[in-house]
Amino acid sequence: MRVAQPAFPDELPPLMRQGAELPHGVLAGGLRRSYGDSCINDGGALVEMTGLDRFVRFDRTTGLLEAEAGVSLSAILKLAIPAGFFLPVTPGTKFVTLGGAIANDVHGKNHHRAGSFGRWIRSVSLLRSDGSACFVADDDATGLFAATVGGLGLTGVMTRATLQLAPIASSNMAVETVPFGNLGEFFALSGESDASHDYTVAWIDCLAQGDKLGRGIFTRARHASDGELRVKPPGGPSVPIDAPGFLLNRLSIAAFNEVYFRLAGRARQATVSYDPFFYPLDAIGGWNRLYGSRGFYQYQSVVPPSVAADATAEMLRTIADAGQGSFLAVLKTFGDVASPGLLSFPRQGTTLALDFANKGGPTLWLLDRLDAIVRQAGGRLYPAKDGRLPPAMFRAGYPALDQFTTHLDPGMSSTFWRRMTP
Amino acid sequence: MMTPNPLRVLILGAGSGIAQATARLYAAEGAMIGLAGRNAERLTAIAADLTARGAAATEIFDIDFTDPDAAATLAGMVAKLGGLDHVLLAYGVLGDQALADRDAAAALAIIDVNFRSAAAWMLAVANLLEVQGRGSLVVLGSVAGDRGRRSNYVYGAAKAGLAVLVQGISHRFRSVGPRVVIVKPGPTDTAMTAGMAKGGPMWATPEAVAAVVRKAADSGGPVVYAPGRWWLIMAIIRNIPAAIFNKMNF
Repeated sequence: MRVAQPAFPDELPPLMRQGAELPHGVLAGGLRRSYGDSCINDGGALVEMTGLDRFVRFDRTTGLLEAEAGVSLSAILKLAIPAGFFLPVTPGTKFVTLGGAIANDVHGKNHHRAGSFGRWIRSVSLLRSDGSACFVADDDATGLFAATVGGLGLTGVMTRATLQLAPIASSNMAVETVPFGNLGEFFALSGESDASHDYTVAWIDCLAQGDKLGRGIFTRARHASDGELRVKPPGGPSVPIDAPGFLLNRLSIAAFNEVYFRLAGRARQATVSYDPFFYPLDAIGGWNRLYGSRGFYQYQSVVPPSVAADATAEMLRTIADAGQGSFLAVLKTFGDVASPGLLSFPRQGTTLALDFANKGGPTLWLLDRLDAIVRQAGGRLYPAKDGRLPPAMFRAGYPALDQFTTHLDPGMSSTFWRRMTP
Repeated sequence: MMTPNPLRVLILGAGSGIAQATARLYAAEGAMIGLAGRNAERLTAIAADLTARGAAATEIFDIDFTDPDAAATLAGMVAKLGGLDHVLLAYGVLGDQALADRDAAAALAIIDVNFRSAAAWMLAVANLLEVQGRGSLVVLGSVAGDRGRRSNYVYGAAKAGLAVLVQGISHRFRSVGPRVVIVKPGPTDTAMTAGMAKGGPMWATPEAVAAVVRKAADSGGPVVYAPGRWWLIMAIIRNIPAAIFNKMNF
């Protein structure tokens, strides 16, 4: 993979033309927080966009922000918070570029209110590999906007985008945590909280079985109604070396889950800064190294509302039976706000995000079994978190795939795309 | 954020990675920033970024630094900015040492940009600061100027020349009035070093160097290393006897 690091937009057209001539074409890359291969281009060219991180204009009265695509969500927060604005939708890390957030049409804990990130994108400036530039707004009739949002960076290089920020009165969050004993209680809490709170999410103890199946801790929050507008200073501990594999086994995860559940085992309210609320893992540099040198698989699915309870229970039973727990099992109900992208992952229903230490065959076997449940339920998996999705399941989960393909930039590709469309 | 009396800052070579990172620090303070460089389109993009980040105002100066009359050009810029508090001289080219070894014209081109024209601008700025009796000039040097080594000694010699100029101007200003500082970064991840293998403990980000540059304009000097650990590293490297140094391969 050849990597270029342009610092100014005028360097892009020649890089794109040269890259497009390689057998595997060219792909734009950001901060590479996608877990799988959608952000790499083996045998091709990668244009690293993080040097294109300038703001173009920021209206401090309306919160409309135009920026180059390589700007990070972290930099946007630094600009927006003192001015009384926040990201309208944010994923669980702020180390994501604007272009990457659009390409994956990311979602956050406020999906039931705000929908996906792409819903807040007003326009995107695209450079195609043939050197042509185009500007697509959210009311675009050609379909190129819908292909670009969630389009995994395959419709051209995004050079700039305009984002509508959301007003906030404080950088603090009013957070409430409520433990729940099983999956039924989760759905009840989620239904009631989605109506009253901007942000809702649950942590699940995915090793719990029987009548405790799906027990966990529900978190619901709002932006505080008054207080300071303060950006958190950077820094924090980091993980210096890969953890040895024996740290991650059924016993250690069960122990962790038990302790975590007990510590948070009563309902409580607190006011905390936005940073630990939204980005707990950002404070631990290189947290992925805790999974050791073999790494881990992320697995995030969404299943439609009508079958959500059954399918989720079956997935949790399958995981508990397999004894391969996940530290981070996160459950969230997506609302009915439609995602704008042809390949957007978020759709109405229930999403379960998991990560499994890579134990080779047994882990892949478990993921295949989860695939079967998701597919049976008419659900789909999240490409940004995927390293092994079978092409047929991708096709089944994304019915607009053929329509998307008509907007593909012929000079662009990614390792993920070649894996999905062999 | 309009402040009644914004700091007036002139950046010579505003397109460089370290210059942009430093300009962002000034923008966040609400400074008025003059951006001088060779590519107006790029300077316009940088100016928009700085405005969004809070700069009181920006001015673009599309100039060729090798033009002989630095003093007159500088006076025109200062008139447009309405005064001058801080100057950052950040332009330079690394050049191709292998080519410079064989081709005198290539070697002189590196020296012309990095030393000859930079010296003219430094003297022009120094004279102006001396007349107004205050203000600061920060010059970007390099650890490459502390000891010549085969991979970049023409660039290093030019940067060493700047260091002596700063020393002399600093002596001339003594401890009162204007400040002059040379900041010597180690290897930094910018466009100048594109194509080199990066990462590892020796490499700094432009943001880390910018924080040192910004601080140098207010305090310290006349020589500041960025990051500071390069002071120790270069003290050792300067003192390795040539008989040993020349056998080393770096």
